[in-house]
Amino acid sequence: MKNNFIKYTAAFLMASFTLMSCNNKDNDLEVTAMVDFSGTFVMKDQMGRPAVNTVFVSSGKKDEFNATIPSEQNAKFQSMFEANLKGLSPAFANSGDKNALGQDAAAFTGLLATDVLNVTLDGKTTFYDGTNVLTGRALADDVITVELLLIFGGEDFKENPTLSDDNVDGNDKDFLTSFPYLASPW
Amino acid sequence: MKKSKILLGTVIVAIIGLITIAADHIDAPSTTGTSADITDFYAFQGEDTDNLVFVASVQGLLSPTATGTASFDENVLVEFNIDTNGDNVEDLVIQAIPRDGKMYFFGPVGPSSTGKNSSISTMSSITGEVAITPYGNTAITATNSAGMKMFAGPRDDPFFMDFARYTDIVVNGTETSFRTEGQDTFAGSNVLSIVVEVPKSMVGTSGTINTWVEAKVKQ
Repeated sequence: MKNNFIKYTAAFLMASFTLMSCNNKDNDLEVTAMVDFSGTFVMKDQMGRPAVNTVFVSSGKKDEFNATIPSEQNAKFQSMFEANLKGLSPAFANSGDKNALGQDAAAFTGLLATDVLNVTLDGKTTFYDGTNVLTGRALADDVITVELLLIFGGEDFKENPTLSDDNVDGNDKDFLTSFPYLASPW
Repeated sequence: MKKSKILLGTVIVAIIGLITIAADHIDAPSTTGTSADITDFYAFQGEDTDNLVFVASVQGLLSPTATGTASFDENVLVEFNIDTNGDNVEDLVIQAIPRDGKMYFFGPVGPSSTGKNSSISTMSSITGEVAITPYGNTAITATNSAGMKMFAGPRDDPFFMDFARYTDIVVNGTETSFRTEGQDTFAGSNVLSIVVEVPKSMVGTSGTINTWVEAKVKQ
């Protein structure tokens, strides 16, 4: 009698497991309904373009920048970005001085202070490849050298050559041509 | 005992803080060393040029020996934000959150509210999940019925930079130029990455989108 109870219980449990796993395959929503996703999640870190917080935000303001949504960043931080840019690269303080994109300090920091990545849906996606400017960010893009060139390289990318390239041009492992694109871990 | 541990932790965080790093790695005091520290963000056209790929990584500078025990935090939501009309406010989000060895995805979907606080869009018509690839295993990927590909797990840090020299020049003032042959500060280190590839038709037809990633912590 006791044995039968165990048998039937086991059979019942197995049947429900089988039913559940069928369900799993049929419908993602059924699965997620069984998992707890409740609650409120509050912004702690954020990023659009590489190195923006690190380079342009003063040390006492970095947490505040991370807690500010992009649509409010320009009003709060553009003037700080401009002051820090002129501190880093004093040529920008001269009236009329521009980077190779034709931007003076106000225009350049006006772009950067809203920390979002612009991505085209129409073709090549690259941070900068000599032709396309800010159409995305691919894994192999040498974004730091591009940023250094825009900060230190002047109107023709030729000023301050020892500051405008870190001379690390690629990753330490090859990227994959197919999904998931990133190289396997060390 | 407890107090000294906390103190030691503070000292370690302070030391790492001094090295202030990189693309977004340990970019600010309150995220540094936490499971919500975004290291990097990429968005690019996929191998199939009808698709867009979003990559976000957290928990940077993992040594190979530390990678096996590193894990995504179930209290940290990684949210890809997509602005399709140029006002820098998200019109769509793709949310990724781990539960019990799997990474769950919701969206692209219009968020229930924009801004600093999020709830998870479990009612999204587009959802998916993928087993988190354990360290040392071949990448586990999944594709959902909407044609969205998903991956989550440890990867080589794709970022490269002579960050040590940059710090000496800009922060410490001990050097005045880069090396003629730079040294990649991130060589040999790993991150925890989330990669999602979506048909472009899910986010728009043409033109430019603005996108950014947020790490959001459960309250």
